Formats: sequence, C-alpha cells, structure tokens
Amino acid sequence: MSDPVQMMNKSNSVIKPSNPKTKKWIDIFDKLRKNKSAMVGAALIIFLLLVAIFGPFFSPYSPNTQDMLNKLQPPSSDHWFGTDNFGRDIFSRIIHGTWITLFVGFSSVALGATVGTLLGIISGYYGGRLDSIIMRCMDVLLAFPGILLALAIVSILGGSLVNVIIAIAISSIPIFARITRGSTLSVKKLEYIDAMKALGASDRRIIFKHIFPNITSPIIVQATLYIATAVLSASGLSFLGLGAQPPTPEWGAMLSDGRNFLYNAPHVAFFPGIAIVVAVLAFNMFGDGLRDAFDPKSKE
Amino acid sequence: MQKQQKELLKVTELKQYFPIKGGILGKTINYVKAVDGISFTIYEGETLSIVGESGCGKSTTGRAILRLDEPTSGKVEFKGEDLLSYSKKKMNQERKNMQIIFQDPYASINPRQTVRQILNEALEIQNVVPKKERNQRVIELLETVGLGEHQLDRYPHEFSGGQRQRIGIARALSVNPELIVADEAVSALDVSIQAQVINLLKKLQREFQLTYLFISHDLGVVRHISDRIIVMYLGKIVEIADKKSLFKNPKHPYTKALLSAIPSTDVEKEKQRIILGGDVPSPINPPSGCRFHTRCPFATELCKTEEPKLRRMDMMKEGHQAACHFIETVEANEKQPIL
Repeated sequence: MSDPVQMMNKSNSVIKPSNPKTKKWIDIFDKLRKNKSAMVGAALIIFLLLVAIFGPFFSPYSPNTQDMLNKLQPPSSDHWFGTDNFGRDIFSRIIHGTWITLFVGFSSVALGATVGTLLGIISGYYGGRLDSIIMRCMDVLLAFPGILLALAIVSILGGSLVNVIIAIAISSIPIFARITRGSTLSVKKLEYIDAMKALGASDRRIIFKHIFPNITSPIIVQATLYIATAVLSASGLSFLGLGAQPPTPEWGAMLSDGRNFLYNAPHVAFFPGIAIVVAVLAFNMFGDGLRDAFDPKSKE
Repeated sequence: MQKQQKELLKVTELKQYFPIKGGILGKTINYVKAVDGISFTIYEGETLSIVGESGCGKSTTGRAILRLDEPTSGKVEFKGEDLLSYSKKKMNQERKNMQIIFQDPYASINPRQTVRQILNEALEIQNVVPKKERNQRVIELLETVGLGEHQLDRYPHEFSGGQRQRIGIARALSVNPELIVADEAVSALDVSIQAQVINLLKKLQREFQLTYLFISHDLGVVRHISDRIIVMYLGKIVEIADKKSLFKNPKHPYTKALLSAIPSTDVEKEKQRIILGGDVPSPINPPSGCRFHTRCPFATELCKTEEPKLRRMDMMKEGHQAACHFIETVEANEKQPIL
C-alpha cells in the first residue's frame, strides 16, 4: 500500500502506542493542576480523609467522656475548641465526626449514583414507554426539594444514620438518572453502536462495554459535587434530630446542641459549623474544577 | 445473464415509516415515509448500488434490510428466508451473514478500544473462530485490509480516516459475511483515499465472493464499482438498470437530470444540463401520483393522479426498468418539456 500515512506510521512503530485513557486522564490532571481552587479543594479533601482515618488515634480525649466540672469551657490549651454542655472535648468530637460525615457523603452518593446511572442508562437506551415511566417517576422525585424529600423519607424510616444515607441516596437518584440518560441518548446514536448491533451484540454488552465507558465524565463530576450536598443534607437532618442520635459526634447534631448556648458559649456551635463549611467547600471547589477539566471546550 | 445468477437477497414492498410524535400525550400525528414500498433483488457476487439525493431513503433501506431499524412492513428474504420474521435472538445469530460499513470513520469505531479489542470482540460475539485461533485471525484480518500487525494495539485516534475505514471493513469481514452493506462507505474520505478503499473493496469482493449493497450519492464512485444501479427518489425506486444502460441510456426524467449533473472533462462536448426547479418535497406528505411530478419538466395531469409502476419497454435491455408514464414519448422526442 502506498498510503503515506501508513508508511509514516510504520517508520514510527518503535514509539510505544499511547493509551487514550491514560492520555485523557493526564490531560485532565494537567488542567486540574492549573486550577488553584480545585487544588485547594483537593488538598482539603485529602486532609479530611487523613483526619478521618488517622485522627481518632491522636485525638486528645475520648469523644464521649463527660466531665461535668469542665462544661462549656472556652477554647484553651487543654481543650483547643473548648468543651460542650457535658464537658466533652469538642476538638476530639469533631475529629471523630469526620469519619461519619465522609462516610455518609460517600456512601449515599455511591448508592444514589449507582441506582440513578442504571435507571438513566436503561431509560436512554431502550426509550419508548419504559423511558417515559422511569423519567416520570424521576420527575416526581425531583419535584420535591432534596432536603424535604430526605426529611420525609427519614421520618418514615425513623431517625438513624443508615436511614439518612438511604434518604439522601434516594433524593439523589433523579439527578444521576437525568444526566446519564442525556449522555446515553447522544452516545447511542453513534455509528459504532449500530456496528455492534449489526454484529449481533447483546443489549447488555452494548450498554456496559460500549455506552457506559463513554459517559463516565459527567457522572464523576456530578458525584463529586453531590458529596457536598449530601454532607450538608446529613448535617441538616442530624440538626433536626432525625439523623445521628446522641451521643454520636455528628457535626450537624453538635451544631444543634450548641444552639442553646449561643450567647454564653458560642464556640460549641461555631467549630462544628466551620467543619461542615470546610467539608462542603472542599467538595464543591474540587467538583467545579473537575467539571472544567472534563470540559473539552475549556482550554486551560 | 442475471437469470442464471442466484438470488441472495430479495426485498419485497419494503416500507419504513418513522412516526412523528406530538402533543402532550405523545400521540403519533404523522409519519415520515422514508421508504415507501420498494422491491428489488440482489444476486450473489454482484455490486448493487443505490443512488439518490440526500433524504431519498437510501440509507434507511440499508438499515432496514439489516434490521438496525425495524421496517414498518414488507419482506426481506435472505436466501429464501424472511429476516423480518426472525426473533431477535435468531436474527442476532444470522447477522454474521450480513454486515455493514458506515460512512463516518470517526464515529463508527469505539474510541476506547484498541484494534485488537475491536476485532476480537466481533469474533467473540459471533464465535466464528475458536478462542485459540482468534489472535491469528485478527492479524490475518488486519493484513487483508492493508494494515499491519504492529498496529494491533493502537487506539482509533492514532489512525487516519482512511485507516479507520479499513478497520471498519476488517470488523465487517471478521464474521465471514456474504453480504456487505456499504452505507456511503467512502463519502467521508479524501478522493485519493477513496480510490484506495474502493479498490480494496473490489479486491475483497474477488477474494471472498462478497456481495455488496453500495449506497452512495457519488455517481462517479458508483459508476466505478457497480454492476447494477437503483435510482431512488423520495422513498421510491424510479429506475433500476445495469450500469451501462443506466449511464448510456437513462429512461426516467429524474435519472436524466441526475446524470446531467456529472461534471465532464471533455471541453469540446456540449453539455446540456437539466436543472430541476424547487426542492425535494417533504416525505411526510409526498406528492400524489408520480412523486416526481412537482419537478418533472414533462409532467401532465395523469402524473398527478396515477402512480407509475416500474416497467420495461422493448427497446430497453433485460432487467432495465423505469417508473414513468411517458418513457416512449419522451424518448421519441414527441413530448417537449413544459417550461
């Protein structure tokens, strides 16, 4: 063959072929690195993860040990963030609560994203009546504000951390379903899907091997951003007394406890509040950066 | 000549209507009649081309034959068995006999698979080759289409358009098909690459006794590759003939206009270009009678009311048919264009 391109390729065959997956991830990483707020977000997330994993080994006090003689102490060298109305060390409680917060955020999003992605991909791929039924159900869920829906679900299931996770997961399903459905619709029109059909590939093979790998980017971005929302919702539900039950050191519940002492001991509410803000901000900043990095239209 | 040939695929009264949904309840309010009752036969080992303007139903016909879209009605018989009566499972097994090559080499292969994975998967789905021999077969396939073993583990983005099209051809060949539908297979390529790919298709046809249904709007390419040609207009066949008769002796006014659009390199020869007025009418509400009557320079009242059937006149060659009421009179110059 006298195809010049082919001849050129032959002479270059020593060069190791680059994998587009790794190349794509390198590109995204490069873009992320140039985005300052995304890097701050990433650093905060890593910090939170480290605290969640190793923090409990280094916390100065046990989170649930009461010390009635030292209750409502302001921050000092003994108690960095002060003590609450039972004399428990707030710094230790926040460290122990990090794990709970991150666990609720990650697991509820993992659950919601899995179910939502599956529903969305089925809806988009098969279309027709099945699509209408699934998406109308999603519309119903979407019609409620997220926190209200979670509130309703927790009130039905009863207040506990596991139920909070389930409730937040359910309220996140429609968001993932919609994103996945849209991406599926655009990918399934491509000719290589038709080529697989012409070869006689099963629907399952087409969906999982050919559609899903090509629609992951928007799902990853949405998942990262939704972790922030999930953390906030979980704190909100605990604040209302529907989430973690005392004495669990959940940030939202701690914030709620501190509400009664806002005048004489504001630190009881202040530090859990700051912790929530930091966690939410970290995931939002990183998620925003990730979205820009995945967008092929953004140059830098 | 064609009578001795074996029929491979016989299409009878194939219709493909796409519903238009509207209103709050998503009721079907109308249909796009993309293909409206066409019949033709493909003989073993030949290349049958379908030509026509965009939107005339060429690609839809190809897709309907392979059941990539489910046809509304009609019959598609492959070696005497009606494909449309098959269950989805049975159809998937039969798909190894008929394959398709697509137009866009950039959209027709999964960007996340290497050439090896693409071809291996095709072999795996139809299980035409035992697992142990698959690797060897993949290499053979690549060499057949003019690519090398060293390119096995590359991803599609590392190839040029022409090379990608070769990968698409290798994928189609992998399951040993008898019929290949080439849906505008070279339209997206450079002219020089077009020639290479067409010659490759011709070579493969000789080597593997393939039958092609070649869908194209490019009359030059069609002239080079076809044995017989179908001309379509607005979902109907207007003329069907062997290549020579069609280019030398077109009968339908639409075919004549279409052929007059081919640029000529002969400066001396005076060319009479037939310009058709207006646009192709909408396939949602196609014109009554002969669908071409709104743009035909010879149209009469009869054309508006009665639909012409495909027919052959004595002066026409065996197998040459056209769908026009006035083949004879137009031919004898008795009928003048109404301008």
